[in-house]
Amino acid sequence: MSEKHIDELSGVETTGHSWDGIRELNNPMPRWWVWTFYACIVWALAYTVVYPSWPGLTTNVKGYFGWSSRGQLATELTEAQATKAVYLEKIAATPVADILKDEELNRFATAGGAAAFKVNCTPCHGSGAAGGNGYPNLNDDDWMWGGSIDEIYTTITHGVRYTDDAETHASEMPVFGDILSPEEVKQVAAYVYSLSGGAPSDAALVEPGKALFADNCASCHGEDAKGLKDFGAPNLTDAIWLRVDGSEAGIAGQVTKPTHGVMPAWTARLGDTTVKELAVFVHSLGGGQ
Amino acid sequence: MTTNIPSGGGSTPAGNSDQPLYEAKRRVFAKKVEGRFRNFKWLILAVTMAVYFVTPWLRWDRGEYAPNQGVLLDLASRRFYFFPIEIWPQEFYYVAGLLVMAGFGLFLITSAVGRAWCGYTCPQTVWVDLFIAVERFFQGDRNARMKLDSSPWSFDKIWRIGATHLTWLLISVATGMGWIFYFGNAPSVFVKFFTGELPFVAYGTVMVLTFTTYAFGGLMREQVCIYMCPWPRIQAAMLDEQSLVVTYNDWRGEPRTRGAKKAAAAGLPVGDCVDCNACVAVCPMGIDIREGQQLGCITCALCIDACDSVMDKIGKERGLIAYATLEEYDSNMNLATSNRTTSIQPEKVRNADGSFSDKIRHFDWRIIFRPRTLLYIGAWSAVGLAMLFLLFTRERLDVNVLHDRNPQYVMESDGSIRNGYTVRILNMMPQPRTIRLSIDGLPNAVMKINGYPENKGQVYDIPVKPDEATALKVFVTLPKADVSSQAEEMRFIVEDPENGERRVYKAVFNGPGVKK
Repeated sequence: MSEKHIDELSGVETTGHSWDGIRELNNPMPRWWVWTFYACIVWALAYTVVYPSWPGLTTNVKGYFGWSSRGQLATELTEAQATKAVYLEKIAATPVADILKDEELNRFATAGGAAAFKVNCTPCHGSGAAGGNGYPNLNDDDWMWGGSIDEIYTTITHGVRYTDDAETHASEMPVFGDILSPEEVKQVAAYVYSLSGGAPSDAALVEPGKALFADNCASCHGEDAKGLKDFGAPNLTDAIWLRVDGSEAGIAGQVTKPTHGVMPAWTARLGDTTVKELAVFVHSLGGGQ
Repeated sequence: MTTNIPSGGGSTPAGNSDQPLYEAKRRVFAKKVEGRFRNFKWLILAVTMAVYFVTPWLRWDRGEYAPNQGVLLDLASRRFYFFPIEIWPQEFYYVAGLLVMAGFGLFLITSAVGRAWCGYTCPQTVWVDLFIAVERFFQGDRNARMKLDSSPWSFDKIWRIGATHLTWLLISVATGMGWIFYFGNAPSVFVKFFTGELPFVAYGTVMVLTFTTYAFGGLMREQVCIYMCPWPRIQAAMLDEQSLVVTYNDWRGEPRTRGAKKAAAAGLPVGDCVDCNACVAVCPMGIDIREGQQLGCITCALCIDACDSVMDKIGKERGLIAYATLEEYDSNMNLATSNRTTSIQPEKVRNADGSFSDKIRHFDWRIIFRPRTLLYIGAWSAVGLAMLFLLFTRERLDVNVLHDRNPQYVMESDGSIRNGYTVRILNMMPQPRTIRLSIDGLPNAVMKINGYPENKGQVYDIPVKPDEATALKVFVTLPKADVSSQAEEMRFIVEDPENGERRVYKAVFNGPGVKK
């Protein structure tokens, strides 16, 4: 704008810009306003001294207090650990069954167990603890090694068929393919299949199968075939099948050449406190006894 | 409008091409004034200050399980208490409703009585009023203050100025402290403030508010309104021709003269304005209302009081400066200037005996109730009534249900199907209660709740803590024979057997046949 334009009504100079004939007044600002602006510049410069700022070739200016967001995170995590330590010490000192009786401790342990479960247990048991073929579903009420809080705690502590732990659950099912003839295996399978309400392919196989079961299987699975948790022998009369699909042929396969699951002993890896939390969490999933 | 459009105070006259970059520094020494608007402003000052400072100290008995402070913003527990009303975070729409009401209220007040918020109730105005009173107490009225301001430093000047600033600071600290009492139990916050037990954020808040109160109320004053506040711009845009604004009625005041008798004797036209500058002297914004309606005018009406007292003294009718609408002003102005063809001619608005002509339009209060304001009143009332209705019919019991998704269902050893839910019972009353939780829609299903060893079938009585949400892990098991191939609809029902409060949550029961 070479020529200054003065607004006729107010007598104030305009900026010279015109939009559809509307001009903007250029009222002078008070001087304190510009001092505020300078103060902001000074503040910004001071800020670069206090906080990490200017970039260099290999690193940057660290700032007077050496503050960093990573350092702040570390501080906050340390504080969070200190807060948690109170509960963790209490869990360490409390027998696992008593944790369930303390509402606050129970809530803390369940949450901690859920987090530990996500990291350590989901590869086998699934993120919802629903398991899969060969990996037990921890939500249901069927427990091979016992479903009380103490039994769950023992199982996680020592693992299953985990050779590095002397107290691990070690029993295995013999290879009955070497003991029974294929015909006998069929008879046992037909009998076991009938126990959970199935109709075997040949009803005549059931009677001899029952006799064979009493001689060979009842010592572990029990006379009534409802399993014995001391041996980790599953209940064969219920609707839940771990290693087979529950069909007659599947049962025959498991009898002939059994497969077994293995679980590590977790105390050495996670520590007793976390194992307690895991036991409380698994117990809370709905099947805990 | 008159010849003057809003400008930030002193502007350079037309034709001066060397406009300064910065506004000239001005000091405003508002003179003491007495009158009905001044009295009204004292009343509003007392009421607003009392509301601000006293409210957190009022007690309200809510029983042993809730704080007994009348108004409390409990940020840690996320509860807001307003006497008998308690608001949970999910009820925050009440606050949204209040904001909507504040918006419509602003539209209504502004369209009816102009910038009344600015002139009477704005904290900036109220605190500046108080600060000026302090200033006047220590330094005297306008002339004494001007004299003191220009005098060299002396003991007298130091103690007067020092006492003023010290008192301002004390008021500012009190203002800052008044704020934090709303966020905690006021008496204990008061004690802890001095023992150093409050968190840093409390002291920080007091420091910030002390600084802003001192700077805005003591040092910056009208500068805040003119340069910092967006409100005047918004409010000015909402005024219309029927809005009441403080108006200098130049149709009866001009031509102004200090020597009325001499001028009259010389046969010159004489207006009512005696050019005494009383209206300018009392103005806390330092403007001259005779230049017309302008951005700097907060419509505090003190110039009306000043002018009225002068008019009383010289035996003229009050109202040379008055609340008037632009419409009636224009009508009277047209009368005085023969529809703007001549300069103002006092005889046109007067009868032969000096009294005002019947053609003069005066303010008619019915103008307040015009379609625009009625619309605002309607909208404001509608929101208010809707909120009141919601408030009085709201339940203090609620239930939220989160269905387990992983796994969606679990088969038990007997072949029955189990679904897991997280049920949250919200007891929004400050008393412990026993809430009955039941399921409905699955007659043969059994409910089991973690922490409740005994199996009670479909109905449990749950003791819930006062003013808290209780989360329960609930398992519902349906016998094998009842499991269908479809997702079953079911309901969770919570009720308080004592007062009949009842909430229902519609949920779904999944089984193996359900395809997802």
